[in-house]
Amino acid sequence: MAQLTLVQAINDALKVEMRRDKSVMVLGEDVGVDGGVFRATEGLLQEFGAGRIVDTPLAESGIVGAAIGLALNGMKPVAEIQFDGFMPPAFDHVVSHIGRVRWRSRGRFNVPMVIRAPYGGGIHAPEHHSESPEAYYAHTPGLKVVMPSGPYDAKGLLISAIRDPDPVIYLEPKKNYRAFREEVPENDYALPFGKANLLKEGSDITVISWGYMARLSLQAAEMLGEQGIGVEVIDLRTLVPLDINAILASVQKTGRCLIAQEAPQTCAFGSELMTLIQEKAFDSLRAPLGRISGFDITIPLYRLEEAYMPDAGRVIRKIKEILQFS
Amino acid sequence: MAKSTPTKAKSTSDESSKGDHSWSIEGPIQILDPAGKVIDKELEPKLPDDELKEIYRWMVTARSFDERALSLQRQGRLGTYAPLSGQEAAQVGSAWALEQQDWMFPSYREHAVQVVRGQRWVDILTYWGGSEEGNRIPKNVNNFTISIPIATQILHAMGAAWAGKLRGEKMAAIAYFGDGGTSEGDFHEGLNFAGVFKVGTVFFCQNNQYAISVPRERQTSSETIAQKAIAYGFDGVQVDGNDFLAVYYITNRALEKARSGGGPTLIEAITYRFSHHTTADDWTRYRSAAEVEEWKQKDPLIRFRKYLENKKLWSDKDEQKLLEEAKAEVAKAVEEYEKLPERDVEEIFKYTFAEMPWNLKEQLEDLRAYLKEKKPEE
Amino acid sequence: MAQMTLVQAINDALKCEMRQDKRVLVMGEDVGVDGGVFRATDGIINEFGPDRAIDTPLAESGIVGAAIGMAVNGLRPVAEIQFDGFMTPAFDQIVSHAARLRWRSRGRFSAPIVVRAPYGGGIRALEHHSESPEAWYVHTPGLKVVTPSGPSDAKGLLIAAIRDPDPVIYLEPKRLYRAFREEVPEGAYEIPLGKANLVREGRDVTAISWGSMSRLLAQTAEEVAEQDGTSIEVIDLRTLVPLDFELISQSVKKTGRVVILQESARTCGFASEIAALITERLLLHLEAPVVRVSGYDIAIPYFRMEEHYLPDSGKVARGIRQAVTY
Ligand SMILES: Cc1ncc(C[n+]2csc(CCOP(=O)(O)OP(=O)(O)O)c2C)c(N)n1
Repeated sequence: MAQLTLVQAINDALKVEMRRDKSVMVLGEDVGVDGGVFRATEGLLQEFGAGRIVDTPLAESGIVGAAIGLALNGMKPVAEIQFDGFMPPAFDHVVSHIGRVRWRSRGRFNVPMVIRAPYGGGIHAPEHHSESPEAYYAHTPGLKVVMPSGPYDAKGLLISAIRDPDPVIYLEPKKNYRAFREEVPENDYALPFGKANLLKEGSDITVISWGYMARLSLQAAEMLGEQGIGVEVIDLRTLVPLDINAILASVQKTGRCLIAQEAPQTCAFGSELMTLIQEKAFDSLRAPLGRISGFDITIPLYRLEEAYMPDAGRVIRKIKEILQFS
Repeated sequence: MAKSTPTKAKSTSDESSKGDHSWSIEGPIQILDPAGKVIDKELEPKLPDDELKEIYRWMVTARSFDERALSLQRQGRLGTYAPLSGQEAAQVGSAWALEQQDWMFPSYREHAVQVVRGQRWVDILTYWGGSEEGNRIPKNVNNFTISIPIATQILHAMGAAWAGKLRGEKMAAIAYFGDGGTSEGDFHEGLNFAGVFKVGTVFFCQNNQYAISVPRERQTSSETIAQKAIAYGFDGVQVDGNDFLAVYYITNRALEKARSGGGPTLIEAITYRFSHHTTADDWTRYRSAAEVEEWKQKDPLIRFRKYLENKKLWSDKDEQKLLEEAKAEVAKAVEEYEKLPERDVEEIFKYTFAEMPWNLKEQLEDLRAYLKEKKPEE
Repeated sequence: MAQMTLVQAINDALKCEMRQDKRVLVMGEDVGVDGGVFRATDGIINEFGPDRAIDTPLAESGIVGAAIGMAVNGLRPVAEIQFDGFMTPAFDQIVSHAARLRWRSRGRFSAPIVVRAPYGGGIRALEHHSESPEAWYVHTPGLKVVTPSGPSDAKGLLIAAIRDPDPVIYLEPKRLYRAFREEVPEGAYEIPLGKANLVREGRDVTAISWGSMSRLLAQTAEEVAEQDGTSIEVIDLRTLVPLDFELISQSVKKTGRVVILQESARTCGFASEIAALITERLLLHLEAPVVRVSGYDIAIPYFRMEEHYLPDSGKVARGIRQAVTY
């Protein structure tokens, strides 16, 4: 076992899968010679050659559209979109095609591809480099949406994503790319989709989160633990498919729930979770459901970015507010 | 029934034998004039007589299908339909040059191409009759499903050809689109990728002069669409899209080039849509009757029939017989279409993912429960 | 006052505004000579000429991008996207630019454009011609989202949208284009954005919808009220952003029961946001979980099976009764 950062774990997952399966290939901007702007694809070109690690022209619609054709004809493309904010130029292919090819062709064709993109704020980046766009994709039928929070999950989930017969949007919390290391097994292992990870047990309140916010919620929970408050933290790992059972089991136990997300609040994935919880566990609720989110604004440039990014303090404050309710 | 005799008119695609004939972006390649006379003997594909007759059968059947589909729509027996009449030579001509291992990416008007390649007329009706079943393509047929968002399929075709290239396969992909499609960003991205990676793709533009109501001059101020290829670093060529022989000749040549690693080609087939854009459209709002009439003089079917007649391969009697047979073939498809069984509602959930997640199962169950409440007797 | 269909009311609104404001123009595919594929811009080119009724090349990103530039330089473009399903090629221009210009320039620039598109199913159309994409735009900070449900609203809301200083996504329920006529006042008038319409008063349950579903909801509510003797309050939101939560809130406090009807896919749809707001702020007033009636998490089927996807009066009645009998 090695201690890896999240971005190293992604690199490792790509290597493992590319060694195992010749049809796996990587394409995107600067993924080859440069090894990716975050170095997620470092060393791949040397090992697998320019046929399988492709520096494409600068064209996101082109990258995703081409990947669809590649996938139709037997390849397993892992397309990298350099930043979250540059996924919209590919939006049409993502929503009008990749999620629908199986459906449109009555199962004759499918598009087993992965779109990887770094997402989220907190790295002092310029505009269009800090977005959290998961809700767009969760609302689109036919797409799986995966958001790892740490190195171990990142590797296991990316391997599953590559092996999955359906298209996967794989969003990497760029703030956690190098934030910490974790034990990551050297062999290949696949973490199942639709299975959330119970990061911490607790009986007073459930916090549901994913990606960057999951680890932040854990920190907040640990701080509250010192004050004798039992916070259960669920890291969803995959938004689609969703582990509804884990959510319901926890909320039925605690009766209180906070959703912690980084995206703008309105019509975000948190809204869906709250709706589902009140639909399916209404009688267990002992307090109104709460959420913290980014605000319904464009994420600010970095001088004021901190004001937007939910931090542990905000998580704690909201948890306390929900707990006070009786 | 798919095209039965795969033909390789190798003689016409051999670069060395061509010598002086470069890919022409100045004026369309023509082999037959509107009177069906061969004006370029050197380029004339040497197709066997039987095959020529079969080709004509395809074009006539496509026209017959088109007319029937239009009338079905008018009678409320078919949904919105996009007619192809006028574009039979462009479609059958290019499809004829494809080989089984090649991939074909249609837009929504390529009914003839789809069927020549192995789908059935009934599939076309099924699709326009509002069922995804029409998109269920047989396993051995390398046709992709219809693409409605303009120009998006250009990238898919390029990607599919690219996969073949990466595996070292001798195959090509063809993407069909219209003159309007060349305005979209995906046209640029698709051709640019193909040029950069030398991907064996044939970009087949049926320039039928209009994108719904908007004329070709409003799509681009390039003199030709073919010349756009120059900017992407590969060959572009204009062809008379109403001349089967010319379309076949040039597509064949482009495909051969694609299969043998020579990279992409942009073909601009100049043609005309005789009818409405779709049955929801009314062409009188933006075209004059005189203009349509003028193009009808260049009808691809008449031209090819004259060619056959000039070769003493065709008579009025043959024509009569073919028209009847074509009608009968279409009638059979219509009959089959109208007997299509209703499908279970599971169909609308089933193919969203390889495996249905809980929310879809729950939604399907709920729909079933609802339908039961509505009709308890069933 | 004249009796008009919804599409005629839109045509009328455009003409009214174009007569009194020279900056207003329409642009899009087939909007000029052809008068629009639904005839929403019929006659405009005759009255205002080809410079104010612009037939553009076939390129949605081009249309919206150009409209943004025009708006920055003093015009008031109303861009038509021919169908809901073809808004996605323009997604980047909408979410990365139109929505953010004011923010990005600290108020120096803005993009007062209207993007009009027919939306929703029920007209036996092809794939990509029956989508309900409102949730993506609601989730995008900086956009207003308007969905009229009848002719007189359509006119007043479109005029308000054109006059609004911010970009407005104006989604027209195409199934209602010619479904019925209504008295539409002559001349220009505005219906303010952010004010919902209380369609029907009631005490037992609040039923909320917008755009394509509002009429179905009102009709079904009438039937259910008659059959069951339930007193149903019906709200037509008219605008999703800004949202008239005040009216919702007043109503829910009174009834304690809510059903929300939407046509779009269920997960992360706008109904989820309303339900989230209610459970966050009004949980104590709720006597039953908020009920959603919606499309499914699948691409809307081609028309042979489309009816199974679309909410109909039976499904709506069932939803109302579910909320009432909990
Ligand atoms: C992205 C997109 N925008 C708009 C439309 C609506 N639409 C359907 S066909 C068409 C015109 C297409 O013209 P062209 O590409 O020349 O092909 P043709 O129909 O003439 O074969 C338009 C605007 C669409 N299908 N896709």
